[in-house]
Amino acid sequence: MLITASPDVKASEITPRGVYEARRQFLKAAAALAFAPGAAVARQALSTKPGPYSTMEKATPPDLVMSYCNFYEFGTDKEDPSRYAPKMLRTRPWTVQVDGAVKNPRTFGVDELLKLAPLEDRVYRLRCVEGWSAVVPWVGFPLAELVKRVEPTGSAKFVEFVTLADPKQMPGLRAPVIDWPYAEGLRLDEAMHPLTLLTFGMYGEILPEQNGAPVRVVVPWKYGFKSAKSLVRIRFVERQPATAWQKANPDEYGFYSNVNPERDHPRWSQKTERRLGTDGLFARRRPTLMFNGYAEQVASLYTGMDLMKQF
Amino acid sequence: MNVFRFVPAALPPRAFAAVRGALFVLALLPFVRLFVLGGTAGLGANPVEFVLRSLGTWTLVLLLATLAITPLRWLTGWAWLLRLRRMLGLYAFFYGTMHVTAYVWIDHFFDWAAIAADIVKRPYLTLGFAAYVLLIPLAVTSTNAMVRRLGGRNWQRLHRAVYAIAVLGVMHYWYHKLAKNDLAQPTVYALLLGVLLGVRLLRWLSRSSRLPVAAAPAPCQGRRDSPANS
Repeated sequence: MLITASPDVKASEITPRGVYEARRQFLKAAAALAFAPGAAVARQALSTKPGPYSTMEKATPPDLVMSYCNFYEFGTDKEDPSRYAPKMLRTRPWTVQVDGAVKNPRTFGVDELLKLAPLEDRVYRLRCVEGWSAVVPWVGFPLAELVKRVEPTGSAKFVEFVTLADPKQMPGLRAPVIDWPYAEGLRLDEAMHPLTLLTFGMYGEILPEQNGAPVRVVVPWKYGFKSAKSLVRIRFVERQPATAWQKANPDEYGFYSNVNPERDHPRWSQKTERRLGTDGLFARRRPTLMFNGYAEQVASLYTGMDLMKQF
Repeated sequence: MNVFRFVPAALPPRAFAAVRGALFVLALLPFVRLFVLGGTAGLGANPVEFVLRSLGTWTLVLLLATLAITPLRWLTGWAWLLRLRRMLGLYAFFYGTMHVTAYVWIDHFFDWAAIAADIVKRPYLTLGFAAYVLLIPLAVTSTNAMVRRLGGRNWQRLHRAVYAIAVLGVMHYWYHKLAKNDLAQPTVYALLLGVLLGVRLLRWLSRSSRLPVAAAPAPCQGRRDSPANS
């Protein structure tokens, strides 16, 4: 029998390749979500170019970075964010309001924001104030790229970052641990520093929800809590903004919160740290480095400051 | 109707041995679990923290379980409960010892200078360390021979230190969690301890208000291995 194109199907009824591929992708992701824990979800890959400042240290296994999180909006246990965020946090549609003391205040859709500058791979050390550390290959571009486009006015001295606070998506908001929404801040020169990364992905893929999807900031020379997650607003201000942990406990957490082995947390020493995944049960703690090892790049930002007092 | 009457106040020896055996195994499980998890890479991203916290948690749980025996006996009338108390107390000491060992060994690798500085400088560690040090004489004097040597009254006085130890232990946990404002769990422990100490206080107050009546020497209620009843 001669096989010919069936005349019954009109060209307009044939599903375009892009659409069916997207459907398959969606089904695969949905299946992964239904049958596997958060870490196993196939995520959208991002096309990137290698960026500067990457460490050669071995990256922490991604499942550890995805399952050991401080993201109190989803609960205070390290496992809470990976348990709840993938199911509860909706990262599309998502907008980030960029306003305050700028010439071009704008609200960006996150997909538009993502295309503002080429995405780079940046393998950074991450040091948590709790005394553990990791090495994470982030994907993003310098926050300065965004800052330049909105053009801060002369009165802008600080940048405030605000995290989403939606009780419908974030079960942890029920607990008054923080004066929600979570807010963080940087001095304008810190925000403009080429190390400061507006981050959309990690390990070459889009950010997992529990790690701050769809967009967060990463400031590698400061304790991890300075790197605010799931941003909905970036505001340029004249005065130093009140930050979440500083408000919660001003004696223990300062505005700067630069990694500093000499400046102890009142409850524990910051001289040493434990590297996730690499440092097993019987490994010794490793020494913590000034500015988390980025002193060469950032020490000049703080010349003349007493870092023991302005911590 | 008192439902607790379905279980006799004095258990037959074999039934009691079974209960004690089951409790022994049950209290050992959290410790065994750490080895199982350690052997199957199940201790998570920060195994040292996991082990330390798990051992600390179970020390507190067993301290509270020890303190729950007397109120439970008042409630149920089951005298045999008292004969489980020493084992629970010793388990609390065991988990406390493992908690301290984990801190000294796997967390600080015998860096005694750092450990000493830590204990002096950090209030939550000072509290925890004090609780553990106070627990040592109670463990040492837990044998029948020591009870006899000290005499029931002195022994009882010494062992009332367990109230202070439990308070210090809960404060240690509280101050540790306070750093991140994460007080939900320490609050549960504090409330439980409050109930366990509160019922004792209420009973003591109601007894001392009836003192003239109750002044006559009480008949000996002690069992061989239970010189104290508070």
